[in-house]
Amino acid sequence: MSAEPISRREVRAAARRRSDRRNALIAAVSTIVVIGGGVLLLTTRQGWPVVQETFFSPEAFRTSFPDILRGFWIDVKLFLAVEVLVLIASLGVAVLRSTRAPALFPFRLLAAVSTDLFRGIPTILVVYLIGFGIPALALPGVPNDPIILAAFALTLSYTAYVSEVFRAGIDSVHPGQRGAALAVGLSRAQAMRFVILPQAVRNVIPPLLNDFISLQKDVALVSVLGIVEAFRVAQIDAASTFNYTPLLAAASLYVIVTVPLSLFLDRMQKRDRGRRRLEEARR
Amino acid sequence: MTMPVLEIRGVTKAFDDKPVLQGIDLKVEEHTAVVMIGASGSGKSSLLRCINLLVDIDDGDILLDGEVVTDPTVDPQRVRRSLAMVFQHFNLFPHVRVLDQITLAPIKAHGIPKDEAVEEGRALLARFGLADRERDYPDQLSGGQQQRVALIRAIATRPRALLLDEITSALDPELVGEVLEVVRELKEGGMTMLIATHEMAFARDVADEVCFLHQGRVVERGLGRQMIEDPQEPETQKFLARMLATRAV
Ligand SMILES: Nc1ncnc2c1ncn2[C@@H]1O[C@H](COP(=O)(O)OP(=O)(O)OP(=O)(O)O)[C@@H](O)[C@H]1O
Ligand SMILES: [Mg+2]
Repeated sequence: MSAEPISRREVRAAARRRSDRRNALIAAVSTIVVIGGGVLLLTTRQGWPVVQETFFSPEAFRTSFPDILRGFWIDVKLFLAVEVLVLIASLGVAVLRSTRAPALFPFRLLAAVSTDLFRGIPTILVVYLIGFGIPALALPGVPNDPIILAAFALTLSYTAYVSEVFRAGIDSVHPGQRGAALAVGLSRAQAMRFVILPQAVRNVIPPLLNDFISLQKDVALVSVLGIVEAFRVAQIDAASTFNYTPLLAAASLYVIVTVPLSLFLDRMQKRDRGRRRLEEARR
Repeated sequence: MTMPVLEIRGVTKAFDDKPVLQGIDLKVEEHTAVVMIGASGSGKSSLLRCINLLVDIDDGDILLDGEVVTDPTVDPQRVRRSLAMVFQHFNLFPHVRVLDQITLAPIKAHGIPKDEAVEEGRALLARFGLADRERDYPDQLSGGQQQRVALIRAIATRPRALLLDEITSALDPELVGEVLEVVRELKEGGMTMLIATHEMAFARDVADEVCFLHQGRVVERGLGRQMIEDPQEPETQKFLARMLATRAV
């Protein structure tokens, strides 16, 4: 009698294992058929050798890749610098916009207007305007280095988005948290610093990463200022050889950086969902 | 007669033309507990939030140790530093460990040296049976433990008076006792308290005075036992009969 439930559990587990194995097999076969078929179809077409030569030429890849990689280093540096600037500026804007002090009103107004403005203008236009417009003014003491201007333009554009993300994060913190922070005697600023912001930032890490993935791609826009970063190098190579392999080489570099970021983001969101469900279940 | 710690004089408050407090008078003497009872929406939470200056009153005065704190010239942070409040939903900071939860305000708002605050925080945790929880985050604790931490957080700043807003309403029934035990102990230690609660037995036991609030007014007040067991006003009788019907006192 007592052996009965155990053996039934074993029977069920065995059945589940069998069905798991069968599902894995079906998935594998289906993948081979679909992808293999697609590759076969593509490579046996009449025009395939031309496509291969134009986009996947090993020769063109070898000759252009070192320069593209060097150009990509500029992208990476620009991305890292702009990311830090954007984080600082948007946190500042978001906190500023949540203040009440009347003395800060003009700054709040400025922040609100510029956020709406720079969210409305295409990033490429901002880069162009700042990159060519500021040097045209020939102001004394204002840098003319296109890299600095490009970083400034990207920072303006992305701060408009990211500050809204932070603002949503601040709003997402339960009002009771602020009440509790004030009730224990913290000042408004301390309540923001020690209670609200830490929770706000944690709540918006996924959308934040999302914006940084697009920033990572948008640094290529600075090529319009003649900065020879990866895309620009590839474009020049492609134009001189009528071969598009360099562009694909550049694309693969961007992907190498953004894909791990996306995977990381996916994992975080999954964990976040799990945590939320847990919290709700406890409620 | 000595000066009350808290004095409420003719306080009124309306939210968008909806009167919530309609002339409340109330005194809390030092080392006493005043308990407010009343139906949902009668204004208990609103009054506590007004006292803590989390909400501005429309008319009347609130005095703390004889000082009118509802003057617009008074710095609300200074007032809140001498009061403490515990909420129905605990409102612990989810990203802060238990010990830091308790020492945050003493260190940041009261300028107490860190070592001293930590030592005192640990002593409080030990006193209320939470010594082994100091490194936990709030979501690792049961509801009763969370609310006990919230109580400790409140008294860690050595307030002149403690404001308790239905601190057991969000708890499973079996966890209510451990939280009320802490409040009883604080009362015995001489803490001055203004309490809103739906726990009638607790009100009867711990209160020096019970006030029955109805539609933003104190309709009846008296000694704990007498108010709960022998109410005079019809509204109070109705309310208590309802409470008795739904909960075991
Ligand atoms: N911030 C606010 N804005 C608008 N109305 C409010 C606000 N806070 C409270 N009220 C209203 O004031 C009235 C009194 O609410 P209050 O929370 O003080 O009652 P209570 O006695 O604490 O009730 P409960 O037992 O449900 O906690 C309610 O009708 C409520 O809807
Ligand atoms: Mg209430």
